[in-house]
Amino acid sequence: MLIELKNVRKIYKIGHQELHALKGINMNIGEGELVSIVGPSGSGKSTLLNILGILDGFDEGHYELAGTRMEKLSENKAAYYRNKFIGFIFQSFNLITFKNAMENVALPLYYQNVSRKKRNALALEYLDRVGLKDWADHLPSELSGGQNQRVAIARALISQPKLILADEPTGALDSETSAEVMDLFKEVNKLGITVIIVTHEHDISKKTERIIHLIDGQIENDGNINELR
Amino acid sequence: MFNLDQWQEIAATIRKNKMRTFLTAFSIAWGIFLLVVLLGAGSGFLNGVLYQWRDDAMNSFKITPGTTSMPYKGMKPGKKIQLTNEDFDKIASNVQGVEHITARYFLSGEYPIRYKLNHARFMVRSTHPGHLYYENTIITQGRFLNELDLKERRKVAVIGENVLKVLSINEEPLGKWIEINQIPYKVVGVFIDAGATFELSTIYIPISTAQMVYNGANKVHEILFTTGTASLKDTRLMFTQTKNILVEHHKFSPDDYRAIDISNNNETMQKFLNMISGIKFFIWIIGVGTITAGIVGVSNIMMISINERTREIGIRKAIGAMPASIISLVLHESFVITLIAGYVGLVLGVATIEFASWAFEHFKLQSEFFRNPEIDFKTVITATIFLVFAGVLAGFFPARLAAKIKPVEALREE
Repeated sequence: MLIELKNVRKIYKIGHQELHALKGINMNIGEGELVSIVGPSGSGKSTLLNILGILDGFDEGHYELAGTRMEKLSENKAAYYRNKFIGFIFQSFNLITFKNAMENVALPLYYQNVSRKKRNALALEYLDRVGLKDWADHLPSELSGGQNQRVAIARALISQPKLILADEPTGALDSETSAEVMDLFKEVNKLGITVIIVTHEHDISKKTERIIHLIDGQIENDGNINELR
Repeated sequence: MFNLDQWQEIAATIRKNKMRTFLTAFSIAWGIFLLVVLLGAGSGFLNGVLYQWRDDAMNSFKITPGTTSMPYKGMKPGKKIQLTNEDFDKIASNVQGVEHITARYFLSGEYPIRYKLNHARFMVRSTHPGHLYYENTIITQGRFLNELDLKERRKVAVIGENVLKVLSINEEPLGKWIEINQIPYKVVGVFIDAGATFELSTIYIPISTAQMVYNGANKVHEILFTTGTASLKDTRLMFTQTKNILVEHHKFSPDDYRAIDISNNNETMQKFLNMISGIKFFIWIIGVGTITAGIVGVSNIMMISINERTREIGIRKAIGAMPASIISLVLHESFVITLIAGYVGLVLGVATIEFASWAFEHFKLQSEFFRNPEIDFKTVITATIFLVFAGVLAGFFPARLAAKIKPVEALREE
């Protein structure tokens, strides 16, 4: 198993009140799966994604990623695992605005101390894979939404992660571009990389193989797309 | 530190945020510029004051007789004190640490001087050979008075360059005879003086000659001596010894400061040096204050910039930046900005001071109170070290703020 969650709980303290965002999540995701996490807003799906991405901690339970326990990690360790295992895709792309497409894609390798020459060459290669080689020296502001998301995907892939986490990746895109991006995810998934997509769009989730339905901080339904239908 | 990639990261960040960087840099450059100019102006002021002291040895005593103002051992006040050769000899041989000693016997007013057909009036001073060191006199031709002149009461004269000029002694002056009040003296030396120009219109003759020729008997008007490298404490001891000799000889109350004035220039110098330190200290306070304002400014702007870059830093962290690398990024940025800006301020400040120095010289603006503003290498080094420190300090708090940014919060969709 790539991901093993056992009874994971997350509690937000707001003043004296406690908000139980996740009320005991149990799930296993294997290598090479294409999973979508769906649910209404406030159901805890973003919280779950943040925990999976080691961007946020949790209060109770166990989380194992690629055989490594992910509880109470130091910031440095968390950064290391994020860099090594995980690629992130965000709704608003989260590219660095003053860096061009190639530099953005190369950035994860900068934090792996890969030489500039080598990482720029690799970045061009990955841009080529998402069909944007000719746009390498363009700033994010000079690219369309779909192009930006493809740059972000290239950035997520360059460190050869085991897991791609996408938070509403098509939320800012029109349906045609959304379909293109989903095709790209499928391609990536075919390479054996696990892809987890948080979405509230039915069109998107139905293109995945497995849908985890969250309601009110609990898994309501978890199953193969064909079974669900 | 020598990570090329990081420098390229910083260069890119600075390039993309020109206005912010400029504002930050400006406040530091301005601070350093002000510090340098202030220090330069301060040194100009100090040089001006020092200039007023330039022609007198500062490590010296000056003894001037006065009139008693207190009754002592049955004597009424109002007794006029007259210093004599005996005082001179006693001080010379009994006070520990006397370096060069001289007495002066005044020939009152200016005396008519004649050389061939040329007449003029000059001040004539009769002294011991030690006077050379007291007044910072520089001999340009021949020699100053010597012991033999005194012993044999020779009629010899050492003349200032102005005397030479006014009397139109165009040929070799040494060995020529000039008349002082109709008595011929042989010129044995010519001098210039580091200080006031009126010194150049002075003629020195042996004190023994003057006492003999002008009915001085054994009287002297002033006794002066230098103290070499004696410490202030030593000179205070010398003061007491001198005073005891004079009190015993002339019989006046030790508390009577009007009887004889013994002024220890070392004390005066010390007060003066204290004042210099005070002024320097004050200038540094102002300068450091200005730079501190600069640092706070840089820190503040960096803080704002960190807030603006929250998302960027969040992204960096999400894709694997460790807190140390974020801290290093921010620290380096503030360091580079501070150092470059500070250096620019330093260069501009030094240039301003150099220009002012040149202008003061060139346009003859030198005054008794302000001259030759300058900045020394040591000050520049100190300022540079201070700058480096300032740069790190300015970056510290913003860097800490940046390191604390949580990617989850930074990346939250608005």
